[in-house]
Amino acid sequence: MTPFAKLAVLGVAATAVIALMPLIGLQALPLSVLFDPNGTDPAAIIFWQIRVPRVLAACVGGAGLALGGAVFQAVFRNPLATPYTLGVASGASLGVALVSRLGLSAVVVGLSTNVVAAFAGALVAVGVVWALTRLRPDLSSTVLLLAGVAMNFFFSSVILFVQYTASLGDSYRIIRWLMGGLGAVDMRTVLHMAPVVMAGALVIWWRARELDLLATGPEIAASRGVAVARTRTVLFLATSIMVGGVVAGCGPIGFVGMMAPHICRLLVGPNHRILLPASVLFGGAFLVVCDTAARIVLSPAELPVGVITAFLGAPFFLWLLVRQSGVAHHR
Amino acid sequence: MSGPAILVEGLCVRFGEAEILREVDFEVDGGGFVAVIGPNGAGKSTLLRCIDGILEPSAGRIAIGGRALTSYSRRDLARTVSYVPQPEAGSLEYTVRAFVEMGRFPYLTAWAALTEADQAAVTEAMNLTEVAGFADRTMSSLSGGERQRASIAAALARGGSILLLDEPTSFLDYRHQVQILDLLDRLHREKGLTVVAVTHDLNSTVAFADSVLALKDGRVERIGPPADLLDRQVLAEIFDADFRLVAGGHRGLPLVLPARNGS
Repeated sequence: MTPFAKLAVLGVAATAVIALMPLIGLQALPLSVLFDPNGTDPAAIIFWQIRVPRVLAACVGGAGLALGGAVFQAVFRNPLATPYTLGVASGASLGVALVSRLGLSAVVVGLSTNVVAAFAGALVAVGVVWALTRLRPDLSSTVLLLAGVAMNFFFSSVILFVQYTASLGDSYRIIRWLMGGLGAVDMRTVLHMAPVVMAGALVIWWRARELDLLATGPEIAASRGVAVARTRTVLFLATSIMVGGVVAGCGPIGFVGMMAPHICRLLVGPNHRILLPASVLFGGAFLVVCDTAARIVLSPAELPVGVITAFLGAPFFLWLLVRQSGVAHHR
Repeated sequence: MSGPAILVEGLCVRFGEAEILREVDFEVDGGGFVAVIGPNGAGKSTLLRCIDGILEPSAGRIAIGGRALTSYSRRDLARTVSYVPQPEAGSLEYTVRAFVEMGRFPYLTAWAALTEADQAAVTEAMNLTEVAGFADRTMSSLSGGERQRASIAAALARGGSILLLDEPTSFLDYRHQVQILDLLDRLHREKGLTVVAVTHDLNSTVAFADSVLALKDGRVERIGPPADLLDRQVLAEIFDADFRLVAGGHRGLPLVLPARNGS
């Protein structure tokens, strides 16, 4: 099967999964709700006003995080590089935690303070790594990766500090939000996240060939005509805005950004013109499935979806580590 | 093109306190084959990176085909100069064909598929380097020699007139060393490519070159034809080591053997 055919199959499968999931849940829904978007009976309200926005949010969020992961994995040439491991998600989280702690809540140029704070936090995290690549172009991608990991720890400790000084209620809200969850999303959340993710996706997809070359090494990329510094800047900026938007909407959901692109690389190959849309499809469908599981595993109670992705993701992370070092030994 | 293929004037590279290159001057005529030799840390790889515009010099001037390097865009330069860095370890899951196709990057737009001209250049490059037989294998699965040939194929696919290579025969067994050198010799003589190769291989690579540039401590220690540099005294000055020269090398040149001190 050609990679294009595989992408098409993945597209059909992802669409089917995403379409099916709103029908699954504690409350069994008759199929007639599908034709009753403005209905007033409880089944139609549950379906159209709770489950559909939630599935759409999971879909957009998963797609954005997976795309961010695909970009970082190519730029850092390491499958462990993701918005989550590099501190972009925790930077964005810190922004939101600060806003919650300080009780700032306003609307700045049409965006909520949460969104703006998440963007700012994500930009600071990426900015530090970016500045390192500009000041010391000779640094290896491993060093940059570790710099990102250090940023992650730094932001996490500041979040702990913010939380420690918060009141019990604020502290609980911050913790609950940090677990990543889609319990509180509505159509507005989707409408906030979708344009940001789509804009980021277009900018990134436009540079698919550059991503291929960066994945073979910055020196080869430069030699073959990629303006490496400028391309990295554009990619980092697009990714942090995208991840900031997703985190503001549904919290820092981990591991999607690592698993989705990596599994897609195994499925459709490393070519980014196909890998990027595949990651979007897989990441979106994957988070929708995880969120459906989060809704029903402990029903009637709900788990934060971040708990499920981390539960699956941590063993996957270990498997990647072991597999990677195994490959290195055989060389 | 007017002027020499590569002109380097007063080139200096500094990293903080460390001076990697100091006042390097030399030029390469179109179709020339220059071997760059010198001890480790002499600045050989740095020189190649500067010529390919990957590294910005602290001072000095480089011109490619009579035109200042700084006036080229990255894509323009990539159409003229192809650089084959030292092979890196690491996993690369692209197929050989995909890797060589990526060499066409300076001609491609974001979305359009490869044109017939692109395909023709890729096919020719793969045939010249004899990698067509394993075009569908991944780069990671190749041996050192195969990987090096694929890298050269990707460089050739760009159709540039200048080929820069960093230790093209290191880490290769004898058969593959000979294969790569034959290939470079053919490209240089039949295709008229200008070749600059950094090397530690004084017996083969240097013998194929028209001229040898010896760097030491970031300065040009010597420039001249291979026959002039393959001299016991000259080599001793360049490498701070003793050598023994015996007759019987390529093209009437001596064979260079490292000698133990005093022997």
